Amino acid sequence: MKELTVISGKGGTGKTSVTASFATLADNRIVVDADVDAANLFLTLEHKTLENSYFKGGSKACIDKDACIECGDCRERCQFDAISEDFIIDPIACEGCGVCAYFCPEKAIAFEQQVCGEKFVSQTPWGPMIHARLGIAEENSGLLVSQLRQEARELAKDKKIPLIITDGPPGIGCPVIAAVTNADALLIVTEPTLSGLHDMERVKALADQMNIPTMLCINKADLNPETAGRIKNFAEDNGIHFVGEIPFDREVIDAMKASQSLVQFSQGAAAKAVKSIWKEVQQFMGTTLERIM
Amino acid sequence: MIITIASGKGGTGKTTVTVNLAASINRDDVTVFDCDVEEPNSHIFIKPENISSEPISVMVPKVDTQRCTLCGACEEICQFSAITLVAKRIMTFPEMCHSCRGCEMVCPEDAVKEDSRVLGSVHQGKNARGIDLTWGELRVGEAMSPPLISQVKDRINPGGIALVDAPPGTSCPAIEALRSSDYALLVAEPTPFGLNDLALTVEALKKLKVPTGIVINRADDAPGIVEEYAKKEGIEILQRFPFSREAASICSRGKLLVNEMPEMKALFQQLFNRLNQLLTESKEAGEVGK
Repeated sequence: MKELTVISGKGGTGKTSVTASFATLADNRIVVDADVDAANLFLTLEHKTLENSYFKGGSKACIDKDACIECGDCRERCQFDAISEDFIIDPIACEGCGVCAYFCPEKAIAFEQQVCGEKFVSQTPWGPMIHARLGIAEENSGLLVSQLRQEARELAKDKKIPLIITDGPPGIGCPVIAAVTNADALLIVTEPTLSGLHDMERVKALADQMNIPTMLCINKADLNPETAGRIKNFAEDNGIHFVGEIPFDREVIDAMKASQSLVQFSQGAAAKAVKSIWKEVQQFMGTTLERIM
Repeated sequence: MIITIASGKGGTGKTTVTVNLAASINRDDVTVFDCDVEEPNSHIFIKPENISSEPISVMVPKVDTQRCTLCGACEEICQFSAITLVAKRIMTFPEMCHSCRGCEMVCPEDAVKEDSRVLGSVHQGKNARGIDLTWGELRVGEAMSPPLISQVKDRINPGGIALVDAPPGTSCPAIEALRSSDYALLVAEPTPFGLNDLALTVEALKKLKVPTGIVINRADDAPGIVEEYAKKEGIEILQRFPFSREAASICSRGKLLVNEMPEMKALFQQLFNRLNQLLTESKEAGEVGK
């Protein structure tokens, strides 16, 4: 079984459009939406939800006003300024460390694990989709991503599915690290802008720290051929396998509006390019070593 | 006043709106704070000079093995598995640490000492036109961006006009950037993905109780899904920026739209005038309320 994670550094470069197309082109795969706080894959892939479960993240502290003697010990200890002068804990500022509850002399602070979101296992016409919805303003997105990927691995083992494709979040922080750790290969989807180039360099540095083979494609490449050229040069100089360019094409948005993947919806230039990129990606994945499970 | 530019979905144009808005305000107290510390881009457009940089660290524990009696109290209090007892040794995992100091407080032997982990840097500089930019840059491999975002925001002088460029998403980094803003300006893309993530951000802002307005980027002619949503939610649409290949090309080269396209400059000035009006009204209403 192999795992491919699609990332970008910069947001909005087309990760989900590319992933959705791969998910409808692959013969036997599981697709995971790891962009848990702004999940979009479910809007594109027709699906039926088979199972859902709660995601329990960290705990939060809550003061029982009747038991509280307002001694101020908790306010002094809290490193996150989460406790107001009238002893109310701001759940958004609360980091979930439990220090206040541990030391409270009156045992007036409850500290309980919170439901932070919901996880789903769905069936699409092209195979299972594992996705989630993180609660509004909740944290622990990295933990949720790790759990989704673990569930996907178990399902893959169970059903003998040889490939997991993961749609990653933007950035390089906690959920991205969770989405790329132990992947067999990464595909960076970037765009030919100075921001796209800058952000791609940072995400490549992350891939290098984790020692993961990396591919790259450039979306909307014709919007700035000169920067696209610079990105290609960077790929060549830094051991990134270049898998192709996708031209700017209105049908990408039209496909999204029709709730279909690009390759389902369109026979146009962008769809053709994504199909050819998928072939390249498959070939490259074939060259990475099979992990022992 | 602090205006935070956010979106939910990535790549809708947060940075484009932030930097062009900053460049179209004709005042000398405009400062920009790039809180997308994982992937900061504002400096590409603002081009600050004489940059000063400061490394930012957080406290992590270091155990004095001479004093440690392996009682395990630190392991018990730590919610983040950052300090554990393994085979008669206390091990720390600094990258998991949230700097709550629980281990330090609970240790009966005073064996937990202070060490530090580098989160990244905060940079600051001014461009030739006098726009002051402060931005955070998360160290590659570092997972926790909120404490660095908080450090960037600590440098805001609330007296002037502070424009905060928020990271994408709706979880901790975005929330950290949006907290205690006077106004949230959401950059929406009129696509199903854009609308879905916009609605998530609006819900988060209701929790944070921050007044919210929308600008539509890459708007097409047909009145669309964002307008419908905004009407239903009673949120004002402050401006529409039409889709233009020329604009996309200018941005891709790291240039400011307001310098290259006069029609864009007019749209940004209009946007600032409306923002200014809204914030002055709310300030006056607040003072009357007192």
